[in-house]
Amino acid sequence: MRGNQVLVKTESLKKHFPITRGIIFQQQVGSVRAVDGVTLHIYRGETLGLVGESGCGKTTAGCTILQLYRPTSGRVIFDGTDLTILKGEPLRDMRRRMQMIFQDPYASLNPRMTIARIISEPLRAHKLTSGKEQVDRVQELLRLVHLNPRFINRYPHEFSGGQRQRIGVARALASNPEFIVCDEPISALDVSIQAQIVNLLEDLQDKFGLTYMFIAHDLSMVRHICDRVAVMYLGKIVELAIKDELYDHPLHPYTQALMSAVPVPDPVVERERKRIILEGDVPSPIDPPPGCRFSTRCPVAREECFHQVPPWRDVGGDHFVACHED
Amino acid sequence: MTTTEVTWEFFEEQIERPPLTPAQVAWRRFRRHKMALVGVGLLIAIFLYVTVGAFFYSEADANRTDLSITLSPPSPDHPLGTDGTGRCILARTIYGGQISVLIGLFAVIVSVTVGVLIGAISGYYGGHIDAILMRFTEAMFNIPQLFLLILLAKFLSGKIPTFKLLGRSFSGSVIVIIGVIGLTSWMYLARIVRANFLSLKEQEFVTAARCIGSRNFSIIFEHILPNSVAPIVVAATLGVASAIINEAYVSFLGLGVQPPTATWGNMLDQAYHHLDSEPWMWFFPGMLILLTVLGINFVGDGLRDALDPRALTQTE
Amino acid sequence: MAPLLEVQDLTTRFYTLDGIVHAVNGISYTVEEGDTLGIVGESGCGKSVSVLSVMGLIPEPPGKIAAGQVLYKGQDLLQLDRKQMERIRGKEIAMVFQDPMTSLNPVLTIGRQISESLIVHLGMGQEEARRRSVELLDMVGIPQAVDRYSDYPHQFSGGMRQRAMIAMALACSPNIFIADEPTTALDVTIQAQIIDLVKTLRDQLGMAVIWITHDLGIIAGLAEKVLVMYAGFFVERGSVDDIYGDPRHPYTLALLKSVPRVDRTSKERLAVISGLPPDLLGLPPGCPFAPRCTYAVEQCRKENPCLEPIGFGHEIACWVDVTTGRER
Repeated sequence: MRGNQVLVKTESLKKHFPITRGIIFQQQVGSVRAVDGVTLHIYRGETLGLVGESGCGKTTAGCTILQLYRPTSGRVIFDGTDLTILKGEPLRDMRRRMQMIFQDPYASLNPRMTIARIISEPLRAHKLTSGKEQVDRVQELLRLVHLNPRFINRYPHEFSGGQRQRIGVARALASNPEFIVCDEPISALDVSIQAQIVNLLEDLQDKFGLTYMFIAHDLSMVRHICDRVAVMYLGKIVELAIKDELYDHPLHPYTQALMSAVPVPDPVVERERKRIILEGDVPSPIDPPPGCRFSTRCPVAREECFHQVPPWRDVGGDHFVACHED
Repeated sequence: MTTTEVTWEFFEEQIERPPLTPAQVAWRRFRRHKMALVGVGLLIAIFLYVTVGAFFYSEADANRTDLSITLSPPSPDHPLGTDGTGRCILARTIYGGQISVLIGLFAVIVSVTVGVLIGAISGYYGGHIDAILMRFTEAMFNIPQLFLLILLAKFLSGKIPTFKLLGRSFSGSVIVIIGVIGLTSWMYLARIVRANFLSLKEQEFVTAARCIGSRNFSIIFEHILPNSVAPIVVAATLGVASAIINEAYVSFLGLGVQPPTATWGNMLDQAYHHLDSEPWMWFFPGMLILLTVLGINFVGDGLRDALDPRALTQTE
Repeated sequence: MAPLLEVQDLTTRFYTLDGIVHAVNGISYTVEEGDTLGIVGESGCGKSVSVLSVMGLIPEPPGKIAAGQVLYKGQDLLQLDRKQMERIRGKEIAMVFQDPMTSLNPVLTIGRQISESLIVHLGMGQEEARRRSVELLDMVGIPQAVDRYSDYPHQFSGGMRQRAMIAMALACSPNIFIADEPTTALDVTIQAQIIDLVKTLRDQLGMAVIWITHDLGIIAGLAEKVLVMYAGFFVERGSVDDIYGDPRHPYTLALLKSVPRVDRTSKERLAVISGLPPDLLGLPPGCPFAPRCTYAVEQCRKENPCLEPIGFGHEIACWVDVTTGRER
């Protein structure tokens, strides 16, 4: 399951998108602070969940870690190598070891390529196999994701959403990566198909010793599949803990509100629950509140929360919180 | 008893409908366009006219002058009449058609190549490269095409030798015309391709390709370009029509292919002084231009709908 | 007491180039005053089409309500002409959809859109409608309602827009409030706000609520009566405690086992429903769930079972008894 070796580490990772204005010359007038200082570590073989609501920056964080966006500042260390200073060929080389599974099964596959070409793209890009060997490898990958290899020359539009997502998984596995960022891989699928994909991901992890970063907003599914979970709000991580610890004893007020908001398919439990209903909407990432980002909606906010950025505290048992409250 | 668990044997996935490649989907949709099929018919007819017709009339027939039968109306000997120097108009439309169509096709090859290259590089790389290329494109747009045509025609004429192709020799002026028309009509396509690239660049499958580690070259030619085929094909098709018309008026100004070699355009030029008196001199080449252009436009319309990329999201 | 809404044998089909899509296949249910009914099923099961049929919002062509009756206060809505239906829609029965951005007119202010409903249905004057609209915006929890009256939809966030939609739906105090996946596109904390709002308003106004979703959690916390839908058929009907505490249809069972819970960690794998979702263009003879059902017997592939009671208010459409694994 989870080893003690850290595979991926980020240090104060930031990604800001500039907002420009101007007719002839573009001037920067502000920036969208999508990821604003994320520090986390992922152990080899584990599944780290990254949860949060829309606009919290979790997808941007995943893309920035993989260097699909170059970070504005901060570092990403993959198996000892700092990815942020790599460019060109060496960076492309590293890509063989880290892959991504995308959210939209309809948009993430090129509609004009056969699935054989789609799945073999990593093999061709890194010149890993060719000819008959390549065909064999593609068929092997299709079998791994439970798709019949005889469909090797079909086009994506002939498959259902769940099947396309499995093609995406096969593609991600092609180059034998060690680390896979799963960006909301099941959000676009039907409930009964979600279980198929999640089981597949778990099986593949067992078989190949993969390390996952599982980005999602479905807290129930995250509880099922992840080992540790980090909660994100407006570009920052507010809490990080081992799964059961986070779900049973959430410390950060946002995490508590989030947990209480998730519906449980059990009417007896639902009748007993006390929901923490948050007021208002999420502030804009262009102009986040000074001090603690959550202060504007926090039910227990104090004076200092509005002015001082809360420290990242270790409260024991591998549980971290960014809050002024004890 | 639990519901079936997934084990390592794969279960039979059914794909309901028979496999249809994107090309087959496009063909089906094209077939539904009645006018497009009419266009195809027209173009086939004209193609046969200029190719098969060459078996019945030789090029010598087209250029043979006979001063005894100048300006004669259609007759059994010369079904489309004769021109000012007694040449057979029928034969001339056949050989003229070959050249006009050739010019149309090759001019489009030039303009599509230039347009796609500039549009792709501009759209994909963005930044300064995009700014420079687009300013250049806009500048070209603003220069009147006629002016460029005349300038280039005057500058290049007589400088390019004749060449042989498929057993026929063509004067250098044909190359000049192809170059001139091609190099003055790429801008429209460059803009379209650039717009396409700008939007396709953000698609998730392109992000996926970057994540895999594919090279830029790969991404441009294997991922983005095949998905931009639709507007390129449509623009190219309509471009042929445009090129044929361009050739017509360049020739009409006397700057095109010089007689005795016939083109539909320079036949119209020669009919200038005979508009009322010998209408067959302009009617037949004019009709051929009209039918060709109409046919191309119908086909282009059909292609535009058939290749609509949104079609692929429905399984047809 | 006569039920408020009585749907009988509703059947809706779509005639497309690829064939006839059997979207809804003879469903029946009743809604009493003040009921909260949940219709749950995955995408393509026909739940949205069924309520659109009730509201008379199915485009004909390609759709067609092939059979059935929809009795609202005794009157068959399917027999009404357009004008008569328009008087009922929005006033007596109101509906909220999944994507507020496409249901709202982007070039009209929110306030104006709410007022429109009041003016048309209740015959209010401009000024009175304006005042009432502001009251409604306030009621659904939009801060500074007076100012926000003149804002456009794009100036509202997703959650706010959905609240505005609810305000519009409730403007004329309808008897039945239908919500078709209104929170699917919203964040979970916003979703909690919206559901809380609907519950409060339901209690305040005493209206009946029909909530459609694929999310089993929402139904558990909101509905009193539940209908499980598959391939255009109802496969199980019961109280919310029946469905969750004692599910008897194989599909319901499978669905509940394939959904993880946020309040407990299970070491087991998620149960998977094998096979593919049903093809509504060509349903096999017999039970539509048979191809994927682990309990299926010979009879299941031959004949489609009807809903039959197995307890008080609890019905299933199945030939097999899942507690024993044998035919009933």
